[in-house]
Amino acid sequence: MHQQVHGHELIYFDSAASSQKPRAVVEALRNYYEHDNANVHRGLHTLSGRATDAYEHARRRVAEYIGAASPDEIIFTRGTTESINLVAQAWGEKFLREGDVILLTVMEHHSNLVPWQLLAERRGARLRFLPVRDDGTLDVDQLSPLLTPEVKIFAFTHISNSLGTINPVAELCAKARSVGALTLVDAAQSAGHMPLDVQELGCDFLAFSGHKMCGPTGIGALYGRAELLDCMPPWQGGGEMIVSVVLDKSTFKKPPHRFEAGTPNIAGAIGLAAAIDYIEEIGRSAIFEHDSRLAHYAADRLTELPGTRLFGPKQERGALVGFVMEAAHPHDLTTFADQYGLAMRGGHHCNQPLMRRFQVSGTTRASFYFYNTMEEIDRMIEILQRAVRFFSPKEARSSLGAGASAKAAVRPLS
Amino acid sequence: MSPEIEELYQEVILDHSRRPRNFGELRDATVLVHGDNPACGDEIHLAVKFDADGGLEDIKFSGHGCAISQASASLMTMKLKGKSRTEVMEMLRAFHDLVTVDTSEATKTLGDLRAMQGVRKFPQRVKCAMLAWRAVQQAFEQGSGETTVSTEPT
Repeated sequence: MHQQVHGHELIYFDSAASSQKPRAVVEALRNYYEHDNANVHRGLHTLSGRATDAYEHARRRVAEYIGAASPDEIIFTRGTTESINLVAQAWGEKFLREGDVILLTVMEHHSNLVPWQLLAERRGARLRFLPVRDDGTLDVDQLSPLLTPEVKIFAFTHISNSLGTINPVAELCAKARSVGALTLVDAAQSAGHMPLDVQELGCDFLAFSGHKMCGPTGIGALYGRAELLDCMPPWQGGGEMIVSVVLDKSTFKKPPHRFEAGTPNIAGAIGLAAAIDYIEEIGRSAIFEHDSRLAHYAADRLTELPGTRLFGPKQERGALVGFVMEAAHPHDLTTFADQYGLAMRGGHHCNQPLMRRFQVSGTTRASFYFYNTMEEIDRMIEILQRAVRFFSPKEARSSLGAGASAKAAVRPLS
Repeated sequence: MSPEIEELYQEVILDHSRRPRNFGELRDATVLVHGDNPACGDEIHLAVKFDADGGLEDIKFSGHGCAISQASASLMTMKLKGKSRTEVMEMLRAFHDLVTVDTSEATKTLGDLRAMQGVRKFPQRVKCAMLAWRAVQQAFEQGSGETTVSTEPT
């Protein structure tokens, strides 16, 4: 992480997209590839045994980490998106009927929207959406009228990746359960950032990605309650997931292996377990406290900048701030900031419906993790102040305080 | 200030992005093109009026987007007004080279548009610069009526 970008010390404020990786995770991957690399489950040799042990150990670590009752409730996937697609296909194709309703919210990431659109199309089901209030919180008062008996599943995010809103998951799950609807929680932004226990939350499914919580890319997990996984059919066919195969028919393993066709991402799972170890050593409560302090500080300081509009709730904010500035479009702002070594993200953040809800084409997002500091936020504010001066018309710059000399040189081009 | 940023956001670009020229509606337009860049939500509505010979008699645009896309559209409309179809297509090629090909010499005929040369150092921003040009290309292909164009083909 310690490196120069465009001649400036890197400030990485894009962990909501993908976090940086601790050395322990990189070492775990290396150790696996250098010493234990082999395919899992069927090999009878030593290395295959070690690889299998490490892979299944990783499953136990994930189960413990999120409070699952059993490791059999953990399916390794490529990430949150694949986890949600797995439920939409394996559960959806069997249990969703024409006229049934899938309840979502307006703040969902495309990964928790598009798989349901595709499923609804295939099954003749309908989508319904819980609205978002102006302050960026879910309009929970609207939940009861929306939660009719036709609702078969309620899928929603734990923490909004654009607004930073932390949703009241336990309350939402309890309400859904009271009408017999299942729940799926998108924990992509929460799993690495705060204590989380699926039994306390009372959800039926929970999806998250390794790479947003110090793990490698290409690995994630789906938690599913055992009774549900047991009655779900496979969603992909291949090796590893079968008991016996004859030419025209196969029988399938029990969960979780039923849902893991083909050679899995063994190294990824091992890396994810190492990431979990790393996070637990710091402590998720400590991480949450640290991230929240940064996010609140950033939100407070951003209000100092002229013409800045902040999104998301003032209280209870996840590890990010989304904002727009009158002076510059999010893409111009992020291009400008990058030249000072500041990595932020500008755009719709895979939240197009939410952007429309707030009538913006995109926002700039600064997202934080335990390795970020208050000083980096001060530096971000300085860079944004420069950006305001740079992008504002000359006549307006004089009112923006001292140092307003960031005049763009016109370079003659021949 | 980094030289790349100064080269990307030259004063002429900032000026056109703040005060875009030929911005608004064209009542007697021959063709309307709605262009979008779904990757960032930028939109352009381009209105073109062709003359009897198929040349570009008048052109206006509206919409919203980053400084690069707005300035590119504004500078483009100024440059292309009154040009023949052949001249427009030549300009389109020259501009595309300007913002994408590292070795290309900026063609003198591009005039103020040469200020957009800094974009070539920022490959992620090429689509922003090209949005209006894709729209004008579409306008010529379509000939009349209303149509759409996107930087992300579906």
